[in-house]
Amino acid sequence: MLDINKIKNDFPILKREIHGKPLVYLDNAATTLKPVSVVERIRQYYLMETSNIHRGVYYLSEQGTLAFEAVRKKIKDFIGAGDTSEIIFTKSATESINLVAHSFGRTYIKEGDEILITEMEHHSNIVPWQMLCQEIGCLIKVIPIDDEGSIRFDQYEEMLNPKVKLVSLLHVSNALGSINPVKKIIDSAHRLNIPVLIDGTQAVSNTHVNVRELDCDFYVFSGHKIFGPTGIGVLYGKASWLEAMPPFLGGGDMILSVTFEKTIYNHIPYKFEAGTPPIAEVIGLGSAIDYILSIGLPLITSHAEELALYGTQALQTVPGIRLIGTAANKRPIFSFVFEEIHPHDIGTLLDRQGIAVRTGHHCTQPVMHRYQVPATTRASFSIYNSKEDMDKLIQVLMSVKDRFK
Amino acid sequence: MNASERDELYQELILEHNKKPRNYRKIDNPSHAVEGYNPICGDHIYLYLKMDENKIIEDIAFEGSGCAISKSSASLLTMTLKGKTEQEARQLFAEFHDLLTGKMDLQKSGHHLGKLAVFSGIWQYPSRIKCASLAWHALESALKDGKKQVSTE
Ligand SMILES: Cc1ncc(COP(=O)(O)O)c(C=O)c1O
Repeated sequence: MLDINKIKNDFPILKREIHGKPLVYLDNAATTLKPVSVVERIRQYYLMETSNIHRGVYYLSEQGTLAFEAVRKKIKDFIGAGDTSEIIFTKSATESINLVAHSFGRTYIKEGDEILITEMEHHSNIVPWQMLCQEIGCLIKVIPIDDEGSIRFDQYEEMLNPKVKLVSLLHVSNALGSINPVKKIIDSAHRLNIPVLIDGTQAVSNTHVNVRELDCDFYVFSGHKIFGPTGIGVLYGKASWLEAMPPFLGGGDMILSVTFEKTIYNHIPYKFEAGTPPIAEVIGLGSAIDYILSIGLPLITSHAEELALYGTQALQTVPGIRLIGTAANKRPIFSFVFEEIHPHDIGTLLDRQGIAVRTGHHCTQPVMHRYQVPATTRASFSIYNSKEDMDKLIQVLMSVKDRFK
Repeated sequence: MNASERDELYQELILEHNKKPRNYRKIDNPSHAVEGYNPICGDHIYLYLKMDENKIIEDIAFEGSGCAISKSSASLLTMTLKGKTEQEARQLFAEFHDLLTGKMDLQKSGHHLGKLAVFSGIWQYPSRIKCASLAWHALESALKDGKKQVSTE
C-alpha cells in the first residue's frame, strides 16, 4: 500500500488552501504536481551547476554533460529501451509526435497511404497527421471505440492492410482512462510490417512500460505528467528507424561538420537534438524518475487500479451521473456529465470548495462527439490522492445539485 | 454548503434564469440573427432581433445551450433590451463590459444596468467572463453585420 500521507508531504502545494479550503488536486491528467526533490534538483543545477553542455572542456560543462547524459541512461532503463541512442529529448509529447510526423512521415508515407489512429486520440495525435495528409495526400483512418471506451479490436484488425504505413495510438486515454491492449495491437500491425507509435503520456507514471517487450517502433511522453518539469518530452525510437530518418530541426549539436557546401549530421540521438537542449528540465525529469522509482512502480500501479475500481463504483451510484469511459481495464481518470448542469458550472463550484478538476473537451473533441456531449467534467487521480478525495468530490457534487434544483 | 460559504457568482437570480430562461424561443423573420459560439466550452447561442424602422428593439429572443452563466446572461439581456433603442443597447453593452472587467463601481457610476448588476462578482472568475459576455458579443455583431456567426476566441 502507498503511504499517501508520507507522499503528500513531498508536495508542499497540497498544504495550500484554495478559497479557504484544503486543496484537493484532481487534474493530474493535465499535469501532475511536483515533489520537492525535483524542484530542489533544478534549483541546484541553476544555482550551482549552470553551464552549457557538450563540447565544453571545463569542469562545470563536463559535469553538466555527465548529469544530462545520465538522465538519458535513466530513461532508457525506465522504459526498457535497448540503447541510450534511442532516447531523444524533445519539448513535449506533442513535439515528439510532430518529429515523427515530419521526419518519418515525409520519408515513408506516400500519397494514398493510410495512417491508423483511434477515436480516443488526444489532438496531439490527430493534428500532426492531418497536416501531413494535407501536404502529401495520405489518409487518416479512425479505429472506432465501443460504448465503454475500449478499442474495437476486431475492427482494427480488419482495417490493417498493406496501404497502412503507421498505426499511432495512445496507451492510456486522457479523456476516458481506458488502457489500450497495446501489445496485441503492435503484434497485429507487425504481422504486416506496419510500424506502431505509442503515446504513453498518461501511462508511464503509473504503468510498467518496456518498449522492447512491447516491440513498439516509437514511444512518446511528457515530463510534466510524471512529476517532472514542463518543457521536456521524450521520444523513444528504434535505432534502425532513427538512423534512417532525416533530421527534424537543424542547428548546433545535431551536426558533425558544417561547411557552406555540405553538412554531415551527427549520430543518433544527437541528430534529432538541434540547439541547446532544455538542460535543467532534463535533469529535473531524471529526478522525477528517481522519485517514481523510490516509491515503486508496482505500488503505484496497484494504487491506480484500486482508485479506478473504487471511483467507478462510487460515481456510478450517484443518481444523475453519467460516467463516460467505463472500460474494465482503466486508470483513475473519470469523465462524467451530471444532471443537466454544465461542466463549467460544476468546475467553478468545485473550485470554491478547493477541488481542482478539468472541464471541457480535454483536447479530445472527437471523443465528445462520440458520446454526444459538448464537454465533461474530468477528475483524474495520482499517487497523493485517496479514496477520501473521491468521497469529498461526490459530497460536493451533491451540494452542487441541490443548488441547481 | 451553508449561506456564508455561498460564493458571489451563482446568485439566486442567475440560477433562476438558468432554470427558466426568458424569451427562450425563435423569432420568425428577424431583422437580425446571429450565432455566438465559445469553442472552449462548446456553448452555442442563437440570438434573434426584430428592430423597427425607428431602430427600436421590438422583439428579442435566444436559443441554444450553455452553462448557467451564459444562459442567464442571455436571458437577462433579452429582458433588459426589449423596447430599447439601438443606441441604448450599445450604451448598455459598454456598461456591462465595464462591469465584467471590474471597471465599474456600482455604487458611484450613474449606470443603467438594473438586474444585470447581478454579474458584478464575475471579474473574480477570469475563466468565466466569456460565458457572461457571449450573448453580448453576439448582440454587438448582430448590430454591426445583421446575420452571421461570432466566436469568443
Ligand atoms: C494522451 C496524451 N497525449 C499527448 C498529450 C500532450 O502532452 P503535451 O501537451 O505535454 O505535449 C496529452 C496531454 O494532455 C495527453 O493526455
